[in-house]
Amino acid sequence: MSKKDTEYLINRKDNQYEVVIGLEVHAQVLSESKLFSTSSTKFGAEPNTQVSLVDAAFPGMLPVINEFCVKQAIKTGIGLNAKINKRSVFDRKNYFYADLPQGYQISQFKDPIVGEGKVILDMPNGQKEVGIERLHLEQDAGKSIHDLDPQNTFVDLNRSGVALMEIVSKPDLRSPDEVNAYIKKLRSIMRYLGTCDGNMQEGSLRADVNVSVRPKGSKEFGTRCEIKNVNSIKFMQMAIEYEANRQVDLIEEGKTIDQETRLFDTRKNETRSMRSKEDAHDYRYFPDPDLLPLEVSEKFIEELKNDIPELPDDKKKRFIEEFKLSSYEANILVSDIDTAKYFEEVVAKMGKNKDIKLAVNWITGELFAVLNSKGLEISQSPVSAKNFAILINLIKNGTISGKIAKTVFELMIDGDKDPQKIVEEKGLKQQSDPKALEALIDKIINDNREKAIEYKQGKEKLFGFFVGQAMKASGGKANPQLINEILKKKL
Amino acid sequence: MSDITKQSLTELVENIENKKLSSTDVTKAFIDRSEKSEKLNAYITNDFTSALDKAKKFDQKPNFDLKLPGIPMAVKDLFCTKNIKTTAGSKILNNFIPTYESTVTENIWNEGAILLGKLNCDEFAMGSSNETSFFGNVQSPIDKNLVPGGSSGGSASAVAGQLTPVTIGTDTGGSIRQPASFTGIVGLKPTYGSCSRYGIVAFASSLDQAGPMAQNVKDCALLHEVISSYDPKDSTSIDFKRNHYSKELTNNIKGKKIGIPKEYRVDGMPKEIEDLWQKGIQYIKDCGAETIDISLPNTSYALPTYYIVAPAEASSNLARYDGVKYGFRAKGENLIDMYERTRSEGFGAEVQRRIMIGTYVLSSGYYDAYYLKAQKVRKLIKNDFDEAYKKVDAILTPSTPSSAFKIGEKTNDPVSMYLNDIFTVPVNLAGLPGISIPAGHDSKGYPLGLQIIGKAFDEQNILNIAYAMEEKINFKNKITDWWIK
Repeated sequence: MSKKDTEYLINRKDNQYEVVIGLEVHAQVLSESKLFSTSSTKFGAEPNTQVSLVDAAFPGMLPVINEFCVKQAIKTGIGLNAKINKRSVFDRKNYFYADLPQGYQISQFKDPIVGEGKVILDMPNGQKEVGIERLHLEQDAGKSIHDLDPQNTFVDLNRSGVALMEIVSKPDLRSPDEVNAYIKKLRSIMRYLGTCDGNMQEGSLRADVNVSVRPKGSKEFGTRCEIKNVNSIKFMQMAIEYEANRQVDLIEEGKTIDQETRLFDTRKNETRSMRSKEDAHDYRYFPDPDLLPLEVSEKFIEELKNDIPELPDDKKKRFIEEFKLSSYEANILVSDIDTAKYFEEVVAKMGKNKDIKLAVNWITGELFAVLNSKGLEISQSPVSAKNFAILINLIKNGTISGKIAKTVFELMIDGDKDPQKIVEEKGLKQQSDPKALEALIDKIINDNREKAIEYKQGKEKLFGFFVGQAMKASGGKANPQLINEILKKKL
Repeated sequence: MSDITKQSLTELVENIENKKLSSTDVTKAFIDRSEKSEKLNAYITNDFTSALDKAKKFDQKPNFDLKLPGIPMAVKDLFCTKNIKTTAGSKILNNFIPTYESTVTENIWNEGAILLGKLNCDEFAMGSSNETSFFGNVQSPIDKNLVPGGSSGGSASAVAGQLTPVTIGTDTGGSIRQPASFTGIVGLKPTYGSCSRYGIVAFASSLDQAGPMAQNVKDCALLHEVISSYDPKDSTSIDFKRNHYSKELTNNIKGKKIGIPKEYRVDGMPKEIEDLWQKGIQYIKDCGAETIDISLPNTSYALPTYYIVAPAEASSNLARYDGVKYGFRAKGENLIDMYERTRSEGFGAEVQRRIMIGTYVLSSGYYDAYYLKAQKVRKLIKNDFDEAYKKVDAILTPSTPSSAFKIGEKTNDPVSMYLNDIFTVPVNLAGLPGISIPAGHDSKGYPLGLQIIGKAFDEQNILNIAYAMEEKINFKNKITDWWIK
């Protein structure tokens, strides 16, 4: 595919527009306790059961930084190939809302903990680099619930004070597909690092999407609109699609685009204005006097670097080199850390005489199909990596054929059974004894004399008939390769 | 019995340890006098019944190893006290009962002291005369209709009027030292980070510091020793080696070098303040210490700097009082309306003024010109002190530019009110310790104080200087009990 074919452009009459997208991803830090208090962060608890005096902003209560969250942010920064700032500052972002107990959010404004970095996306037409502007730590707000009572709003402060990493990209993304790849890559990196579970349903990952359009070839950015708080990749893509078209339509009509904050209505599939630039909050940022600047030493950062596991890009490179996988196969295996783990465990369990290609085909084929149909994650796989490896080895060493293996695999799913045992109990072992097979084939040729003569006279198609008959006679257990060889000899 | 309340903390501790007095005797005496002193309006909330119970319990099972064995004590109503209403002098917290205890008061109770009640103060500690309290102004025991100073006005009145043996206040720009000076008592503002801010209703976080107020320097040293502690719950608390301030107290200050900053000789300062200062310089010399003229060139910028930094922080710190979670809530048509009514009705005029100033100086477009510049000047002010301390061990100044004024005299002139803090504010901006000791009287017979400013963490040194000077000054507070029939 040429680059041109994959370019995402919006066409109107004679004009083509390019879409420019930047994302502010809010990723919940994977941590037992909140950013400035010891309350639990567990998802799904009864409302207001995980709220400390600090979280509810009682008089005289003070924030104390959670060192673990700092480590998580730095690790994420390392994973994003980013500059780690040894000195960062927590600021107060002041605004009033019922689910913001302090009347301000503690965030990082001028001096974030992580500076510029980059991530690499694997797109169909090659790799694409997306710049990271910054990553900073901040508190989440509580949750306002407007639909439980016609008169009142309910507030749940369980989330109040939970640590978030805001990861701001440069305006480097150009299509909904790139946004999809970017979010997936970020999630993949953070899941490898164990710094964010990336669970979008639980709100652990959400994003503000900045969209602008410009005539194709233009170097200047158009006026951008920010679509707030979109919580699924699909909605992000739909929102971008709608918003970009809306902006293009305005330009085509000779109108201007107002810089504003918009909301995406998932039911109507449209964005609509939330507030204009003029109505933008004045957050009155200033350094939080309750917290000293956050200073980390070189040693502290180095120790965290030693703690960083092999990340998807490196793993992919290694898989290609070590296992001779294609880039495509490697991508599939590394994109999710649990898939990579499963694969590597299978490889390890297969022992010396292993067929990695076969294992990859079976993982991406049969295993994925089963997981898909059952709605399971690979970490919940009904077949353990150990038994999976045994199955692949059984195919590889000729004990069973690929076809029989599918039957065995289906039997394994229920209770993670040992394939070896299934083969023995059900007598599914492949017939590879040449003498027995020769006798079997002799009988078939005898029974089908006329067809054998026809074959010899040139009707080569009939070879398949004899293979079929042999397999049928063996109950599917005959080694197909041997059958082929013997038939060729005998006919 | 009446003698009991005249005794110093040190004497009371001794008498309880020697079993000449019981905790019950002492507690009763202070409760009796407090009850007779309603006119001073020093208390917002009293806890007398439970105080007596605690005293009796202490006497049944006394522990004389404690530093404050069975000593009753009232504290400023800015400290959160578990199960006891804590108002910060504001209507907005009039119904607020904390479920937790501030670290500073916790330290006090852990050393055996007993809570008498909560003392009146300016609303959210914003004021220099205790006139901004929702619970009414406090009368000074010095004279009728005289302000006790502020914001720890209730605390100052209670110590000077002998309603409590000692107390604690908080000092953001002079709120311990100025009322101490106005009422003829000793007040120490410790180094920023010496006393935990955990559980103290915040005014301006980078300036707030709790400190002791007492009749004499020794009592002040003892109480400071109790309240100063490193506290991991306060990120700005500092883990340094703390002295046994009372045990290590000495009047030997021979050879110490004391700086006299020329910039504290401000325009329009009454001659009696200048005279007091000169007297102080003579006392220093009499103690065998040396005085050296120094310069703190940025002093005149301290007050404007303070009135940017403190309101900025306050405007944000007070955002939590929104009627949603606790405290006063006014009915409103919707959320915004509820906020506006709650905060308009719940906060007094001075607090509202400072929230507006603070909001203004932090607004985009003004931030650089005001808040950022103020932070830079603040650094310069700190540098002035750092430079001075290369030459001197401590600095001597008047505590205030005038003696106490009459209630209502400055109510409509906030700037004149703010000028009260002109000598105390630089110390907060620089995070240094400062102590005010009574040093004389003005022509009306009102007390005047001198301030000794120390190096960071050098509380022992300024306590020693104060102790030595106290002996030479031999100040006698003129308490006539005018408010008791």
